[in-house]
Amino acid sequence: MNGAHDLGGMHGLGPINPEPENEEPWFHGDWEKRVFAMTLASGMLGQWNIDTSRHARERQNPADYLNHSYYETWLAGLEKLLVENNLVTADELASGKADTNAKTKTGLTIPGPGDVPKILEKGGPSVRAPNSEPVFGPGVPVKVVNIHPTGHTRAPRYTRGHQGMVSAYHGFHVFPDKSAHGPDDGAHLYSVWFTADELWGNGAPETEGVFVDLWEPHLDPVALWPR
Amino acid sequence: MPHDGHDHTDPPPELALRVKALESLLVEKGLVDPAALDVIIDTYEHKVGPRNGAEVVAKAWTDPEYHELLMSDATAAVEGLGYLGRQGEHLVAVENSDKVHNLVVCTLCSCYPWTVLGLPPVWYKSAPYRSRAVSDPRGVLVEFGTELDEDVEVRVWDSTSEMRYLVIPARPEGTEGWSEEDLRGLVTRNSMIGVELARSPDVVGTET
Repeated sequence: MNGAHDLGGMHGLGPINPEPENEEPWFHGDWEKRVFAMTLASGMLGQWNIDTSRHARERQNPADYLNHSYYETWLAGLEKLLVENNLVTADELASGKADTNAKTKTGLTIPGPGDVPKILEKGGPSVRAPNSEPVFGPGVPVKVVNIHPTGHTRAPRYTRGHQGMVSAYHGFHVFPDKSAHGPDDGAHLYSVWFTADELWGNGAPETEGVFVDLWEPHLDPVALWPR
Repeated sequence: MPHDGHDHTDPPPELALRVKALESLLVEKGLVDPAALDVIIDTYEHKVGPRNGAEVVAKAWTDPEYHELLMSDATAAVEGLGYLGRQGEHLVAVENSDKVHNLVVCTLCSCYPWTVLGLPPVWYKSAPYRSRAVSDPRGVLVEFGTELDEDVEVRVWDSTSEMRYLVIPARPEGTEGWSEEDLRGLVTRNSMIGVELARSPDVVGTET
């Protein structure tokens, strides 16, 4: 979706103003800790994947997205996931009280404190068994497809329609554009190099460029363009 | 918070209340165990952080075999030191030199190599950094006090997949003969994101 989360190349958002590295706490306030931990713990219930989760966070009114601090966006995403996956009802969320008559999912396995370290250590590798051979390889020129899906995509707007060169093949990975909406399908994943001039036009320094990870469905062979 | 547009230390009371209400609801419905939440928080406050990455970098600076492994298979090299898990499943190390400077961003969200750097700082997740790191990387670097020579090639890595990028800063001059342990002290978090260079030994020398 062309949401406010897709920030690459936007102007006018102000200075970065980083907090000094040795002064910045891991969390700014207790509520951030709880939002972070609730998001991870709820994810461990196995009702959604990381792409669904990212998509829940980006599905906000762009004005809200830009006004929210990062953990406010996580909170908004978590509330959405809980309701959409029928773990809590919208009424329960609004009242803050469990409704004993609510027909929400039950019988889920809840990780305890002893389970957490091994779950975090295991992580969630995104590699899947390939069902095809990769079409591209390092050194091959490619063009990013001009797509504007209303669902989730990991092809940033600033790359669409632009030509780059495959710099590396990363293997067959879960394809977030699909998995955010359910299916655990994979696709070949590449690192694609774009020169700054290609992305941002004349005047961009020759000594700059961006590597972007893109999946095969995001890429067309240059010879086939325009189709 | 003088360095940030938002005041994170003092959230609106309704936000703190909303979070408390959500937690009590989830606990009441048996969906989360508060003790598990405490373990998650403790892990990312105390057990994971940029000292992991500093160990990786200092080892790569001093051990050619490890350096070779890191550059060819960073996931294996980092797991070999015991740092594995969430948001570090697929790692790539990219190396800075006097010719090339690498910078990491996630324009779409906040992807970051947790196993080696811990959780990302606020600025890394902020709209100003995410918007401009790809289109004006040199301008971004200047905001961190990092000025590169014009002929240095700047390579920005937009973390759009589950690949996670770790910048290996250039080893500072004047550190010949330093031990791996001492070198770790020069490797900052920001240098491993690529917004700064590793610390100069002169600066560190004046502190001790």
